[in-house]
Amino acid sequence: MSSKTTFTGHRGLDHEEQLIFERGREGACGVDLPEPDGVASRLGGLERKGAVGLPGLSEPEVVRHFVRMSQKNYAIDAGFYPLGSCTMKHNPRLNEKMARLPGFADVHPLQPQSTVPGALELMHELARWLMELTGMPAVAMSPKAGAHGELCGIMAMRAALEARGEAATRTRILVPESAHGTNPATAAACGFTVDAIPATDEGRVDLAAFEAKLGPDVAGIMLTNPNTCGLFERDIRKIADAVHEAGGYFYCDGANFNAIVGRVKPGDLGVDAMHINLHKTFSTPHGGGGPGAGPVVFSDALAPFAPLPYVVSDAKGLRLVEDDASSDATPFGRMVAFHGQMGMFVRALSYMMSHGSDGLRQVAEDAVLNANYVLETLKSEMTASFEGPCMHEALFDDRFLKGTGIETLDFAKAMIDEGYHPMTVYFPLVVHGAMLIEPTETESKETLDEFIGCMLDLAKAAKAGDTQRFKNAPELTPRRRLDETTAARNPVLRWTPPAPAQAAE
Amino acid sequence: MRYLPLTADDRQQMLGVIGAKSIDDLFIDVPEAARIKHTFDLPPHQGELEVERALSAMAAKNTSAGSVPFFVGCGAYKHHVPASVDHLIQRSEFLTSYTPYQPEISQGTLQYLFEFQTQVALLTGMDVANASMYDGSTACGEAVQMAHRVTRRNKALLSGNLHPHYRAVIETSARFAGDGVVALDAAPTSAEDIAGRIDDDTSCVVVQYPDFFGNVRDLTDIAAAAHAQGALMIVAIPEIISMGALKTPGEMGADIVVAEGQSIGNALNFGGPYVGLFATRQKYVRQMPGRLAGETVDADGKRGYVLTLSTREQHIRREKATSNICTNSGLCCLAFTIHLALLGEKGFTRLAALNHESAIKLADALSAVPGADVLTPAFFNEFTVRTPKPAAQVIEALAEKGVLGGVPASRLMPDDKSVSDLIIVAATEVNTDADRAAYAAALTEVLS
Repeated sequence: MSSKTTFTGHRGLDHEEQLIFERGREGACGVDLPEPDGVASRLGGLERKGAVGLPGLSEPEVVRHFVRMSQKNYAIDAGFYPLGSCTMKHNPRLNEKMARLPGFADVHPLQPQSTVPGALELMHELARWLMELTGMPAVAMSPKAGAHGELCGIMAMRAALEARGEAATRTRILVPESAHGTNPATAAACGFTVDAIPATDEGRVDLAAFEAKLGPDVAGIMLTNPNTCGLFERDIRKIADAVHEAGGYFYCDGANFNAIVGRVKPGDLGVDAMHINLHKTFSTPHGGGGPGAGPVVFSDALAPFAPLPYVVSDAKGLRLVEDDASSDATPFGRMVAFHGQMGMFVRALSYMMSHGSDGLRQVAEDAVLNANYVLETLKSEMTASFEGPCMHEALFDDRFLKGTGIETLDFAKAMIDEGYHPMTVYFPLVVHGAMLIEPTETESKETLDEFIGCMLDLAKAAKAGDTQRFKNAPELTPRRRLDETTAARNPVLRWTPPAPAQAAE
Repeated sequence: MRYLPLTADDRQQMLGVIGAKSIDDLFIDVPEAARIKHTFDLPPHQGELEVERALSAMAAKNTSAGSVPFFVGCGAYKHHVPASVDHLIQRSEFLTSYTPYQPEISQGTLQYLFEFQTQVALLTGMDVANASMYDGSTACGEAVQMAHRVTRRNKALLSGNLHPHYRAVIETSARFAGDGVVALDAAPTSAEDIAGRIDDDTSCVVVQYPDFFGNVRDLTDIAAAAHAQGALMIVAIPEIISMGALKTPGEMGADIVVAEGQSIGNALNFGGPYVGLFATRQKYVRQMPGRLAGETVDADGKRGYVLTLSTREQHIRREKATSNICTNSGLCCLAFTIHLALLGEKGFTRLAALNHESAIKLADALSAVPGADVLTPAFFNEFTVRTPKPAAQVIEALAEKGVLGGVPASRLMPDDKSVSDLIIVAATEVNTDADRAAYAAALTEVLS
């Protein structure tokens, strides 16, 4: 970066931006609200005494504050995001427009059902698409994120085991080493012990190790497919059959559904429950970390245990079942206060309708084609972890950096200076110094070629000993490498007003 | 297919580079029997105009809150959101960014999360807050799990005036937790009754403030009773705007405060996405679930922000993590942060006062309706009305007259016959004198 210093601390368009609490003045306000009439309060003597401590700013000041902060963010609308396992794809604005229709955005979850037939229709229609695409007979719409969907699936498994009278004896869940960290966390949150299954040299579940672990105490398996190495689990039918034969259930982590949507129905693979991250496969925006939505599809075996609430269609039309008494099934309970992420449902259905059955199949094909293209073209300079075609993401590791003194993280930070968001690093854990690249289906060949060129240049520079390029990176960002160790050791999680200056004695 | 950039030529060229004859070669690992040959029973792709037409037709069938006199609450509230909030959250750099794992190019997200955490701590009167949860109910469920970890005790005592759905969420997670967390069957309502049931196996007491029926009550005695037995007090706040008028749970001795943040900056959305708020005491920080932004410095010594304390989280600790949560309500808490910044001290307390006045005026108007009886002596912006007819019927009849008049308690408590004649009514700053008059007039007709 240029060493020129400025009087303001700003650097051209890159403004330093204070915290909102360090700005403003008492009495200023960014909204016009009428003066209260001064009616005597009925707060039971519990009136707030002190000030809250919020700063006062006008509307233009607030707008400028947040616009300046936005300019310090990377985003998919600004550049390519090759994040494996996270699936950062184009977010169509049509979805946003549809989600903001007052008939969807401005309806209350507890207003009379007779006043929201269109909202119930939307939930029912989205459920129909999800069931048809997965080949599964039931779906729970309420889980609010992928990990919440996992919880939903495992709770349904547990409820089914209770109904069989085997909840006390089937206490173990098998989770492959390559699973998302949420999988073991979910199994533990539902009271199961987690038993890890190792991966083979081919990056897939070790079938022999898996079969050796089956027994009368196994509740089920949680498998990600395509898995986090970007590979399809070839033995998935065998795994499903074996776990069923052993009396357990098969949970599939559907985070990577965009690799197979329209080409493979998970129902044909023997899956009992699978969540679908609407933000990954169906393009609802990541929003800087959420909100997500994680509907779960169920097999016949688990369908009766799906949680409340759910929409049913009968002679009287569509109806929301909100309590046990009016349910014909045996729901395991309720996971959220209301009906799920309606705003995300609208966006996802808008995306599905835009693609249609033909386009969704093309989604999977292009996602897989793009990933294999990246895999093939980068192989010459980077080390691919496994042989053979990948699904929607390509896995590399740090063997090509051996002896350079440059680590995966340095490589990732150097990508930032080149204008790219780094790929996913250090995950999956089954390979050393992992680099997981997922282009997604919404990137053009042109974009990929530019990216590939950059990656090859970086790999060559690393091998040529241009170490400083990596060790000092990033140098062209609003902040350089941040000290995460100190942040964790001495956590400062909020702004605190400065102590008042001591009056001179 | 406007979202897919590859042309037929591109695909051919790329297959050539890969050395594959057709796309099927890339799906070689999928078992033959599982490869779909048939078409799906779903329509083909549609253009923007067609999708807009179809979804708009669905939306038009619903009665939107802004189109009628609207008084529905119970955990979600109709408030006015300034135009700049929605404009700012739709900026590409916020809307289409990822979780800020690469802090050098995510300072925008990280700084607003830090500001959000500060705001939540200030509003609730607590030391620290996290970067948000899915919603108020799931935050409440997580709070009970956290109390279990902190106290190593098993029983959660739930107030009878806790939102029935919040209770259900707690019961679901407790039922499956496997290590003995149980939600007590009893649902005590008075402070004395709650205090009297706390024993040395009680991990926490969960109370709602204002409570499910709208009552505002001092929680100091419950906190003292809980602490005397080594238990924690968890306070759930479904209407966060109440904190502009009321004494905070922090001042009353709460150990964990959870809240629904939808009221600030977020639309009703038929139930989601919402934003769960989660705040606690400094000493419990490492037991807190969810994501946290923290302040630090960069290689040049400049102040900056990172995600921190991730060693509690699932991607590091796997089955030993404090929770399985791997996300937050990022964009919803951005909306919250912007709206609250716009309000500031003056706007926030004034908004709370306007809500309270609106509810007082409505309570007075409904009290004057023959047969209607307002039961809640002290409240914020929500209260309970007893009617001489079954509440569910009254609400339906009101809806037919174009007034959405609240929630029949029986919808949320179907097993409790004693509440079948109760309506829970919420008023906010969006209600006008004309709205309130329309409600009173419609209720008079329905009850006559």
